[in-house]
Amino acid sequence: MRLTDLTLKELWHRKSQLVSGLLAITLGIGVIVGIRSFSVVSEKAVAVNLDNLGANILVLPQSSSVDNYYAADIDASTFPEDYVEKLVTSTIPGVDNISPKLTRRIKVGNENIVLTGILPKSEIASKPIWQRGGIQGQQAAASCAPSGPQKYADAKLQRKGIDTLANNDCFIGSGIASRLKLKEGSKLTIMDKEFTVAKLLPETGTVDDDRVFANLHTVQALLGTGEQISAIEIMGCCSAISEGLLGKLRNVLPDTRITTIGQIVSTQIENNKLMSKISLVFLIIIVFVGGISIGNYIWGNVNERRKEIGILRMIGYHKQYIYYILVLKALLMGLVGGIAGYILGTLSAMWLGPQFSGIAVNPIYMYFFYSIVVAILISIIGSLIPAYLAGKIEPFSNMQED
Amino acid sequence: MLIQIKNLTKTYQRHDGAINAVDNLSLDIPKGSFVTITGASGSGKTTLLLMLGGLLRPTSGKMVYNGNEINLHKEEELANFRSNHVGFVMQSFALIPYLTAVENIMIALNVKNSDKAKNRKGALELLEWVGLDDRTTHYPKELSAGQQQRVAIARALANNPDLLLADEPTGNLDPGLSEEILGVLKEINQNHNTTIVMVTHSPMAAEYGNTKIQMKNGKLHTHVSNVIAEQIN
Repeated sequence: MRLTDLTLKELWHRKSQLVSGLLAITLGIGVIVGIRSFSVVSEKAVAVNLDNLGANILVLPQSSSVDNYYAADIDASTFPEDYVEKLVTSTIPGVDNISPKLTRRIKVGNENIVLTGILPKSEIASKPIWQRGGIQGQQAAASCAPSGPQKYADAKLQRKGIDTLANNDCFIGSGIASRLKLKEGSKLTIMDKEFTVAKLLPETGTVDDDRVFANLHTVQALLGTGEQISAIEIMGCCSAISEGLLGKLRNVLPDTRITTIGQIVSTQIENNKLMSKISLVFLIIIVFVGGISIGNYIWGNVNERRKEIGILRMIGYHKQYIYYILVLKALLMGLVGGIAGYILGTLSAMWLGPQFSGIAVNPIYMYFFYSIVVAILISIIGSLIPAYLAGKIEPFSNMQED
Repeated sequence: MLIQIKNLTKTYQRHDGAINAVDNLSLDIPKGSFVTITGASGSGKTTLLLMLGGLLRPTSGKMVYNGNEINLHKEEELANFRSNHVGFVMQSFALIPYLTAVENIMIALNVKNSDKAKNRKGALELLEWVGLDDRTTHYPKELSAGQQQRVAIARALANNPDLLLADEPTGNLDPGLSEEILGVLKEINQNHNTTIVMVTHSPMAAEYGNTKIQMKNGKLHTHVSNVIAEQIN
């Protein structure tokens, strides 16, 4: 009979109390694991949505606005192409794709068109225009996966470049193609330079229908702008944007206007932030409430065992042994409560996630470890004061008659 | 001399003033003696027993055990003193309810030696000695009062103490069982030369001692010792 055996026998002896004590830990950990499991998957969903939107950050000349950009009304203002190099060399984390553009309104015959120079390899193929046009190159690995401890194979961002766009080739929007009666392989002369129509793009209902896409450097030479561009489209990682990516970009390119695209994205990011904050608030509450609950439980246990503790002290056990049996008890409860809490939280998230938000939640195995560590820490911290007070119980407590 | 007490005083502070539970008491207890302490409730006999066992510190005075002044010991040294030298038998048996008879003894053996198998063997031998070898796996609530007190005595003997302190050991027993338990204590005293100090209300139980002390208001009222006479005889 060692003190560990004594602790185990005492736990078993007071089973009903054990269940109520365990319930407090299990529910606390379960809530945390459930919320965190759900929010991690939610972050994944946001990241995928971001990718589907294509670029989510625009770098424009200081004098331009987002409205100008969408209206292709950005003829005048440009900035140097080496800004792209500045971004690349800055190695700011969370910048996943940089796509420079030069855009001008020009006339071809009597038709107004929007000539846009692009670097094909840098284009973000998830833009609707490229996807619907069937123009896809090699799949590129995304540098940012959703934050969290788990790797999500299914969450890899689908970012692809356009394989090639030769100097004399161009892609043309459906509106232009219709008005100029062009088809694939047709020749199109722009500002005295002859291009071959490599691809007819499908109708999108946007300004893209009036665009002619050609190689950036060809367009620069044609327009005589030198190495100037009128916009940089950036795909930024969801989590990086929420952690201040725009500010970092502004530091690198202080004389530009840098803004995000898409209210939805920012709303989702805010939702994610809110979810993280809620998790944190819950964690703090549970640490406090859990610690107090365990402390209260252990203190109740100490009071119930005053006579028994007195007996142990009477027969020669030091205070440290009394601390040991009480802290060991808390540790064991934390261990079991942590495991049970993880299972409860994970199963709840797996069951409730698809029902409430249509998101499939998978177990996050790393949380198994965290659950046990947090539960044990809460339990041990909660037991320290009662254990200390138990050590003060006089060894003659059992001398009084029942 | 096993124990020498000089001018021992224990004062309790109460809301209505200080009270001396033990008041300037001096006493020598020879090794191998069987001392019985009687007295009215509040006479200080249990307080004296607690101080003898290192469970309570005196307010003043000196208590020497085998040449060591134990009233100067620190708390953990007193715990060592109890586990090495003292066995306790209580009126309420003081058994741990969720441990079996053998486990209640093993937990005392474990203080000094964590060898589980050795402790079990020692505990079984002690239970056999007190006549409970057929009750080893019984829990206290499954044992009669007399059997529980036998387990408590076996536990008190677990670490071969020089001194066995008994606080009203027959207080919860009927007369027949009382004599049985007192007989066991007497046997321990005579066969193992273990010094016994027993607090009792019972005149019959007090007769088992070879030194009889009566306390009144924290002082020795009468002190009758047969130890020397017995040794001469």
